[in-house]
Amino acid sequence: MDNSLIRKIFTPGIDFLKETGNIGLFFIQSIHMCFRKPFKFNYILKQMEFIGVNSVAVVVISGGFIGMVLALQSYHGFRRFGSEGLVGITVALSMTRELGPILTGLMVAGRAGSAMAAELGTMRVTEQIDALTVMALSPIKYLVVPRVIASFLMLPILTIVSDFVGIVGGYLVGVKLLGINEGAFINKIVKYLNVEDIYNGLVKAAFFGIILSVISCYKGFYTKGGAEGVGRSTTEAVVFSSLIILISDYVLTSLMF
Amino acid sequence: MNDIVIKLIDIHKSFGNQKVLDGINLEIEIGKTTVIIGKSGGGKSVLLKHIIGLLKPDKGEIWIDGVEITKLKERDLNDVRKKFGMLFQEAALFDSMDVFDNVAFPLREHTRMTEAEIKGIVEDRLKQVGLLNVAEKIPSELSGGMRKRVGLARALSLDPAIILFDEPTSALDPIISLTILDLIKETRTYLKKTYLVISHDILGMFRIADKVAMLSNGRIIEYGTPLEIRQSTNDATMEFLRATKIPGFAGGDL
Repeated sequence: MDNSLIRKIFTPGIDFLKETGNIGLFFIQSIHMCFRKPFKFNYILKQMEFIGVNSVAVVVISGGFIGMVLALQSYHGFRRFGSEGLVGITVALSMTRELGPILTGLMVAGRAGSAMAAELGTMRVTEQIDALTVMALSPIKYLVVPRVIASFLMLPILTIVSDFVGIVGGYLVGVKLLGINEGAFINKIVKYLNVEDIYNGLVKAAFFGIILSVISCYKGFYTKGGAEGVGRSTTEAVVFSSLIILISDYVLTSLMF
Repeated sequence: MNDIVIKLIDIHKSFGNQKVLDGINLEIEIGKTTVIIGKSGGGKSVLLKHIIGLLKPDKGEIWIDGVEITKLKERDLNDVRKKFGMLFQEAALFDSMDVFDNVAFPLREHTRMTEAEIKGIVEDRLKQVGLLNVAEKIPSELSGGMRKRVGLARALSLDPAIILFDEPTSALDPIISLTILDLIKETRTYLKKTYLVISHDILGMFRIADKVAMLSNGRIIEYGTPLEIRQSTNDATMEFLRATKIPGFAGGDL
């Protein structure tokens, strides 16, 4: 076989492995820097506001509507067996175990992850990252660590919001709109929803927070090639972190539940 | 020997197949303004990035103030970097902060000064570059020339021994260029620091240089006072000087 053909077949795979390895190293470097003084609490708080507080609206709307449509869909399913009372617990379990964390992860990746990649990318191409290095300051400490810590802390909190709003949405559609018995709806949730369901969902969310922030920061941090490069990094950050969130969701779920 | 602050010995650097630096040897004297002149894309920025430790050479040694930096770890390298201030080509101001905070940033991160002391220094530096009135503006509200002046104020803020300038006059109109050059000359006169400038703006650089180094094809082909360079008989140097289109500039004694 022709040498160039072999190269063509294997290059994408090797590039992917290289990229994954580099992101891993970048992550380790960031973790290392988390524990090195000085701690930049004000930077972390600022990022918590941007990643967390400013994402609440998006999370409420997406979580609310997913809860509502979930109630609608499962109602039509359960009605065939005459067990409409199960709609409540179905919505609650789906939200806490799966849809709350994954929806929050994807929404924040789209909203805050893209912003991280664009901001760091712009700082790279306008030499602001070099300027930090030249000032004998670690750009990872100042730019990456606050974003990773803030995402790690805020994603579970946003997920709680999403879970809650989703269940409320399900309640409104199920009980108020479709006329499911209110007692059955709520009782089933209280009886069958375990703390573990919620807790494991939050652990997943924290993981997603790390994944989206590390990938987005990595993509921004190593941007090349001016405005076009920033655009490319931003797109790659969102696509790549969304894919990895979905893949790792399956892995984490199979390990935890 | 003691008056040499930066010493480059046989620096080689390639990116892929492209050889950018091909055996650079250069000694920068303390307290002088040294200008490295060369074509755009000729490796000047790469050379500057080696001196500040942003890039590592494939081969060769870099001595800064008696310390060889190419094999230093990041933490030790940072100690060396504290001797430097740098004015970037596009100033590289942090656009999330206003002008005051930009200039105050190195002070806040590296010293234990009180806010009042910092305020005093920042106002001093901004006064030196004539921009005290824009302290509360953010960088995107400033013109290119103003940004470079703020960049210079930031580079001076920690009172470093060596200041690096990456194309200080590029992308500026002739009048603003002149202002920046005068500012460089002026600050150099009373701060008595070592200035290292890279540029392709020959005329501008001859206004401020104590020493000029010509970089061509990855090597320093000539190094001397501005007058010595102008009287050079080296073909590459003469070609560059003739590009000024000023009769008698190459080989001249004005």
